[in-house]
Amino acid sequence: MSYKYFPHTEDDMRDMLKVCGVKSLDDLYAEIPDDIQFKREYDLPSTMSEAEVRKFFKNLGEKNKSLTCFTGAGCYDHYTPAVINYILQRSEFLTSYTPYQAEISQGTLQYIFEFQSMMAELTGMEVSNASMYDGPTATAEAMMMSVAHARKRNKVLASSTLNPNILRVLETYAKFHGVELERIAEKDGVTDKADFETKVANGDVAGVIVASPNYYGALEDYTGWADSCHAKKTLFIMNCNASTLGAIKTPGEWDADVAVGDAQSLGIPMCFGGPYVGYMCTRKSLIRKMPGRVVGATADADGQRAFVLTLQAREQHIRREKATSNICSNQSLMALFVTIYLSVMGKKGLQEVNELSYSGAHYLADELCATGKFAMAHNQPFLNEFAVKTTVDISLLQKKFIEAGIFGGLKIAEDTLLFCVTEMRSKEEIDLLVNIVKQL
Amino acid sequence: MSKVIEGLFYAESHEFVKVEGDSAFIGITDYAQNQLGNVVYVDLPEVGDEIAAGEEFGAVESVKAASDLISPISGTIEAINETLEDKPESINKDAFASWIIQVKLSDKSELSNLMDAAAYTKFIEE
Repeated sequence: MSYKYFPHTEDDMRDMLKVCGVKSLDDLYAEIPDDIQFKREYDLPSTMSEAEVRKFFKNLGEKNKSLTCFTGAGCYDHYTPAVINYILQRSEFLTSYTPYQAEISQGTLQYIFEFQSMMAELTGMEVSNASMYDGPTATAEAMMMSVAHARKRNKVLASSTLNPNILRVLETYAKFHGVELERIAEKDGVTDKADFETKVANGDVAGVIVASPNYYGALEDYTGWADSCHAKKTLFIMNCNASTLGAIKTPGEWDADVAVGDAQSLGIPMCFGGPYVGYMCTRKSLIRKMPGRVVGATADADGQRAFVLTLQAREQHIRREKATSNICSNQSLMALFVTIYLSVMGKKGLQEVNELSYSGAHYLADELCATGKFAMAHNQPFLNEFAVKTTVDISLLQKKFIEAGIFGGLKIAEDTLLFCVTEMRSKEEIDLLVNIVKQL
Repeated sequence: MSKVIEGLFYAESHEFVKVEGDSAFIGITDYAQNQLGNVVYVDLPEVGDEIAAGEEFGAVESVKAASDLISPISGTIEAINETLEDKPESINKDAFASWIIQVKLSDKSELSNLMDAAAYTKFIEE
């Protein structure tokens, strides 16, 4: 059978079979034992014409509702400058795979180098790798890194205020890598410092993982935490929403050893959950325990600036099972996305994004509380996200929101909703949401 | 032809052991540095760590490979050669002078499991 988009014609196949000395494809596979050959029909729908396929997906797409987003919880609705897609869709970027003949792809290496430079600056850390798949896996890699660094310890503490999705990924990695993962309790929406101090003082902890802002949007005070960790040779790992680092205290300023997180908030559309990109930054002294690729700048034989993959001896293809991680690749196209975003926005732009988000979120929080139907769940400072307790019927409220075209308030407990406001939300949109609450 | 020094003990994983009183200096042999090429990093353990014969205690990284360091003997680490942190290339210049760790021996009889200079010379020729 011949298909329009298959590269081999029937003549090609006949010629190839002839060279192999067999008559048919069935003869070619005769070596495969009969009982493991797949003999049924493929369970696939019947073929469709191009027009039918287009119609099918158009109908499917029309089931989507485009709602005004007041939800974050790890995925944020920020503005995507139009220039990004135009650059990103250039075939040189869009179709290139991770460079195995790395140094032949100077353009790719250069943008990865720029990404690393920007992430290091944003997090206030010394070095960055070439990017990770996403925030949760980057956090899990940081957990593994702390265990590799500690050599003989396998216990890692994770704050209960981390996003539950991240905690679940950590649990999965821990289970299959022999890591003993323990939670640090939470208290009024932040990590319980007394619980942290007690647990880290035992001296058997490889790493401590906390979040900033945390799952509830709270900005936690980590004064002295790094010191307590370092006194016991424990790594202090911070998971941060990348966009917020344009305004809040950086992991570098908190004296963290590893900074990880998702960089989706740097303009990448929410896109039903991906593709996103994770980042990982650390200290120079820990670079050999850091997973993933690293691009370095050097000079070629003529003294011209050139880019190379560096520190490869620590990677999995050389260190094999002794490497910190089996990651040998990066999330290149999405790293480029973030690089373009940051270069377009600049420091000032990113600060404005945060200022607008802050004003909007605080306005919404105040207005919700003023209705008398909501109260802040915690007494903590926050940036663009906050949890509120309510006396109203949450499922009814969410129904009313959706009818009005609003996707807002993630239910995180029986009586608690998590709201997020980014620079994308206008005062009118916030007022519309609050009016629905008032009318309830 | 790689250098081999008389009076030292040698392991099949190419570490040397230089005994001085109750303690021993451990490093990698001239043959090992030759095989590795330019050494760019030495992953050092910490003073006070207990190590057992046959156990990994660190790694040597060159531009083309990373190789684990295996302790030929058991004991407690008394000192680490901190100059290797800044000058890992000293291993290439003089491997036998660039000891990596100093260990307080816990069982001197383990030394009899190791090769002498003549046996090691024969070992690397094979």
